[in-house]
Amino acid sequence: MASHESTYRATTRLGKWMDARLPMARLMHGQFVDFPTPRNINYLWTTGGILTFFLVLQIATGIVLAMHYVPSAAEAFNSVEHIRRNVNYGWLLRNMHAVGGSMFFLAVYIHIARGLYYGSYKAPREVLWILGVVILLLMMATAFMGYSLPWGQMSFWAVTVITNMFSSLDSIIPGLGTRIVQWLWGSYAVSGATLTRFYSLHYLLPFVIVGVVGLHVWALHVVGQNNPTGLDIKTASDSVPMTPHAVMKDAFALSVFVILFAWFVFYLPDYLGHHDNYVEANPLSTPPHIVPEWYFLPYYAILRAIPDKLLGVIAMFASVVILMFAPWLDTSRVRSSKYRPIYKWFFFLLVISVIALGYLGSKPPEGAYVFWARIFTAYYFIHFLVIMPIVGVIETPSNLPRSITESVLGAGGGPVKVKAPAAPETR
Amino acid sequence: MAHTADHPNRRDFIVIAAQAFAGVGAAAALWPFVHSMNPDASTQALASIEVDLAPIKEGQAITVSWRGKPVFIRYRTAEEVEKAKEVKLAELSDPSARNDVLPDKAPATDANRTKKGHESWLILVGICTHLGCIPKGQSLSDSKGEYGGWFCPCHGSHYDTAGRIRKGPAPRNLDVPPYEFTSDTRIKIG
Repeated sequence: MASHESTYRATTRLGKWMDARLPMARLMHGQFVDFPTPRNINYLWTTGGILTFFLVLQIATGIVLAMHYVPSAAEAFNSVEHIRRNVNYGWLLRNMHAVGGSMFFLAVYIHIARGLYYGSYKAPREVLWILGVVILLLMMATAFMGYSLPWGQMSFWAVTVITNMFSSLDSIIPGLGTRIVQWLWGSYAVSGATLTRFYSLHYLLPFVIVGVVGLHVWALHVVGQNNPTGLDIKTASDSVPMTPHAVMKDAFALSVFVILFAWFVFYLPDYLGHHDNYVEANPLSTPPHIVPEWYFLPYYAILRAIPDKLLGVIAMFASVVILMFAPWLDTSRVRSSKYRPIYKWFFFLLVISVIALGYLGSKPPEGAYVFWARIFTAYYFIHFLVIMPIVGVIETPSNLPRSITESVLGAGGGPVKVKAPAAPETR
Repeated sequence: MAHTADHPNRRDFIVIAAQAFAGVGAAAALWPFVHSMNPDASTQALASIEVDLAPIKEGQAITVSWRGKPVFIRYRTAEEVEKAKEVKLAELSDPSARNDVLPDKAPATDANRTKKGHESWLILVGICTHLGCIPKGQSLSDSKGEYGGWFCPCHGSHYDTAGRIRKGPAPRNLDVPPYEFTSDTRIKIG
């Protein structure tokens, strides 16, 4: 676990001098070099590193783009075109930033699905998990505000539709929703005042994400990483040092993921966007079919599946917030779905539901699309509120290996005597 | 602390009073930050416009911009007015007039949605009450929906010839902004 003994030894005179004053190298060494990592983690455990990479990339590209972008209703649209056409490598930076957002969400959805499948939310990782949901919410807010900045038709009308959700509060206290929406807009409709405040917050929130990611990693390093068996690290042979084992695995997975990223950046930079966003925002004309970016489609489908405006908005937000309660909704004593013969199938049903909701969110809200959106929305909530608590009680888990080591080397590999091949020393 | 009293003492009172004072002060200091985000003076200054209705022919509609919002001005035909008057209140999903100058409880009759003596003029905020799209129906070639008024393409809300919601997810009738006739062919909105 986290309270391992660090093998850090300062060797140089400067290193020793620093170690006695601000032992940063010791901290990094202990947390990212000889930190004990379960020896059996698979490639799904590389998404954390991929996410870190994209967070840094989004901030780096964003800082440079902000030097050329003009946040005003009159200039924003043109300044994005200016970046793409005139700024040196502007096309590359803008494409990396826009596609990077999509890749960030792709990686975070895989990361969350992994957590759900292997029970990474269960004790003692509840705080770690909740911080993760907080990061997801911050990412959604950041991405939404970032999407408004090119000030195209989709930007403008997405802002209009999403901010108008708060006006549904009018049905609880008349006037309250309207006041809130006008406060968000800084005007009586979405306007240049809205754009500049979204720009300000779009610059701020990534740094808030960095802070919460810091807490997320801290919490992770207190309780230790989960792994495909869901068992804790009990002996030295259950773990390997993070460097080089996990780090090399992360580096390889990141390289593969970046190939996908580069393919979009260089060959299909606009594929994940919407062509209507290359029409400048016009407050007097709504595009015929408003759709959000692909990563928001499941939530959008939930919003539209419910015929009541306020309840639709509540359901949409609840679909994210409900994740925070997963640690207490899941009653199973086993973490990993690998050993949960019944729950495993419900998990795959949940994944199918979310993908189906994503598809339905891209379709117009009529006829069979609405019907199926309601079915899958219902399943999404039933999964968390009914299936998680009940299946955990009635299910008999299959036999768990006695230890992480046994799951890798088999029962014949001896109980716990096997030594990790590259463990630097015994502890 | 050297001792703990089992009843509130002077020190408890001072601590609570100091905390309350600091709390109120912090909240008061926060207010300028929050309020700076509300519509500013220049935005509020644009709050009223005048429109000349003389060039609009019967059956035509124009859209003007008021406070950054589209306002629909439609010169309704006699049949359209008749059709709007025939509708019984029980058929409406939102029975409120939604007229800024009338109380909330005023029924959504055609008379309450227009000005007396100017019934052929319908003036509405052209923003769908669902999620803020601009409904179609202003131009002669537009689909006007099943009730001959407006149709919102975003999520399929149908409005009738008095701008009342008749079908679809929108919760309310289109809003009637505050306006007055300054002469027979001029109105002041706001």
